[in-house]
Amino acid sequence: MIAEAGHFALILAAVLALVQAAAPGLAHLFRRPGIAGLTGFAAAGQAVAMACAMAALIHAFAVSDFSVRVVFENSHTAKPMLYKVAAAWGHHEGSLLLWAALLSAFGGVTALWNQGLPGGMRLRVLAVQGLVSCGVLAFLELTSNPFDRLSPAPFEGRGLNPLLQDPGLAVHPPLLYVGTVGVSVAFAFAVAALWSGRIGPGWARAVRAWTLIAWIFLTAGIALGSAWAYAELGWGGWWFWDPVENSALMPWLTATALLHAVRGVERRGGAEGWVVLLAILGFGFSLLGMFLVRSGVLTSVHAFAADPLRGVFILALFGLIEGGALALFAVRGHRLSGRIAFAPFSRDGALLLNTVLLIVATGVVLFGTVYPLLAEVLGIGRISVGAPFFDATVLPLLSPLIALMAIGPLMRPGRDSPRRLLRPAGIVGGVGLLAAAASAAWGGWAAAGFGLAAAVAAGTVLLLWRSRRSLTRRGLGMAVAHLGVAVAIAGMTGGSQLADEAIARLPVGGSLVLGGRSFTLAEVRAVPGPNYIATRARVTGPGGLALTPETRRYENPPQTTTEAAIASTPLGDTYAVIGEGGPDGAVLRMFSKPLLPWLWASSVLMCMGGGIALFARLPRLRRRER
Amino acid sequence: MNRNAWMPLFVFVILLGIAGARLGQPEPPLPSALEGKPLPAFSLPLLAGEGRLTPDTLKGRPAILNVFGSWCAACVAEHPIWAEVGKRVDVYGVAWLDEPAKTRAWLAERGNPYKAVGVDKDSRFALDMGVAGAPESYLISPEGRIVAKVPGPVTETVWKETLLPALEAMK
Repeated sequence: MIAEAGHFALILAAVLALVQAAAPGLAHLFRRPGIAGLTGFAAAGQAVAMACAMAALIHAFAVSDFSVRVVFENSHTAKPMLYKVAAAWGHHEGSLLLWAALLSAFGGVTALWNQGLPGGMRLRVLAVQGLVSCGVLAFLELTSNPFDRLSPAPFEGRGLNPLLQDPGLAVHPPLLYVGTVGVSVAFAFAVAALWSGRIGPGWARAVRAWTLIAWIFLTAGIALGSAWAYAELGWGGWWFWDPVENSALMPWLTATALLHAVRGVERRGGAEGWVVLLAILGFGFSLLGMFLVRSGVLTSVHAFAADPLRGVFILALFGLIEGGALALFAVRGHRLSGRIAFAPFSRDGALLLNTVLLIVATGVVLFGTVYPLLAEVLGIGRISVGAPFFDATVLPLLSPLIALMAIGPLMRPGRDSPRRLLRPAGIVGGVGLLAAAASAAWGGWAAAGFGLAAAVAAGTVLLLWRSRRSLTRRGLGMAVAHLGVAVAIAGMTGGSQLADEAIARLPVGGSLVLGGRSFTLAEVRAVPGPNYIATRARVTGPGGLALTPETRRYENPPQTTTEAAIASTPLGDTYAVIGEGGPDGAVLRMFSKPLLPWLWASSVLMCMGGGIALFARLPRLRRRER
Repeated sequence: MNRNAWMPLFVFVILLGIAGARLGQPEPPLPSALEGKPLPAFSLPLLAGEGRLTPDTLKGRPAILNVFGSWCAACVAEHPIWAEVGKRVDVYGVAWLDEPAKTRAWLAERGNPYKAVGVDKDSRFALDMGVAGAPESYLISPEGRIVAKVPGPVTETVWKETLLPALEAMK
């Protein structure tokens, strides 16, 4: 019964989305401004209806109602409650429902939060959001109804993929979805701007705030996903350039570019067309990710079960939304751009150049991600593009970007002279070169990585020192986020260039040597878990270090997972995994990953920086409203 | 009119074309790691009681091996086809992760089209075969090689277009 109520809420939401999309146009057509007043109500109502639908699905999972097909296929009574609830979005239908619910929630908030925008702009933004919602809800209702019933109802479910039984993974998809769906707001603003033909007051501020919100969640979601891959997949890696990882990275790169480009528009105008294009592309990459994951065109650990009809439907949806926006941009984009009011050699110039570099990097990632599709279409064969391609193309592109990021913020906005910049650039470059020289013993990549990290850190500290008397919260947020980037580069460089690895088949009592330290396999025993049986090893190392890596054998569905044991210190991780083993011995694989924990710390720094900058915005917005 | 403003749309349409062309192509079947390989060694107790189901039971004639369970909803939907398939080829069942009493009751209600049913209660056979979920079926050659694997239910279409031609080719 509750499932039917959920289904009803879903249909209601679709109808409200239609009203939301059509009301402003109808009001204009019939010259009845009163009709336009429905838009906001429809948006808020749609958000409530979708929240009800999502709650109904979560309820079905919580009580294990196996008469609902997706519950039967993805849950099991023997699962802990957290994973029962998380299973509600661990499959195609549920995750799409969550996606759509978040889209509606963003629409509802846009309707309720005035943001100091002129009425016409607000209505247009809401209408665009309603249109996007319409498409997604039609897709949900027509091809992927999460409330389908089974008759007769089975007694037991098939169980969730045990790989997904991890607390990090229970929250990783929702966080990432808030991010990828969040960029839809900037998209709606961009289309509304093209529609009205001008960028009004408050537009840039609102776009920046919404993009910042999406960016924070994207950052957190990507970081959690990487941390999960690192802890759970047991390969000692944290990023695999998997197509689905890339499809989260592309919106992140674009949102980063948008965040920086819109700053220029907010400050002094110019490059409006570029900002609008970035906003359209950002949501385009979100939709592309949705297509790649759900259409079955790619084989990936993340891919959902394929259904050709779904693929065609998403492609059509993607074509209409993104193609429509780009066509509008082609016809009207040039009307928006004002005169560029800054010299190329200035902080704004550097900022703009960096957004271009970011988009070029995004383009390269896009190329590597869709190239396997192209190869199949052209009949070249099944090709997978992996880390070597991306490492060889993206990293060289990012290096000048990061160098510019170290020096750019020290430049003056509007116009600057190379002579004035000489001293700060000398300091930043000097610190970078010093760090590079100090780490040159570990090879060229390590030198480049640590040099760039040090340069960014030095540039940021110098900026903080210079503006110590006039530091705004926004400046502080930027500095914290930039420091986060420096820490991230150091963590990535340490974790890859300074890493060490050892593998051996050991009897109990045997030991292996990793980076000069000796580790002993002390014990291997079987331990029962709630819905699995674990083989747990105890590995002891110098300084009283004890690690307990496990392999878990699940029954429903039958599958084996590895649980890496990771001992973290601020200086680095010691990482242990066991392969097949019994009471008398096991295959032990160990990695040392110096500085890798810095990567996780850096994501916290970046999110904090974003948060500080965001909350610097809100009070001012409210003041404007009054 | 600014010509550069059309570039993003142009690139997008190309991208859309590639994706659309790829969608139009039939999914190239992932080569199963097992196809063409001999059956792994197994020995399952028979549901009927005495004796065991082993690769030797199947040898000499083509056979179909169907992994099912009384707990599996898709197996209920699939079940009727085996009566028809059974007229052309020997069909053997493997009751996966199931209590023999439940399997017996399930077969008593729906009819037993299987020549013999092996009991794989602890999933040993399913792990060796890499069974991803029930139902799953295999076409086995008279020499005991796995000729084809069907993950998911065998439908009328799968039987007529995949299994039957493979069976005819063997004869």
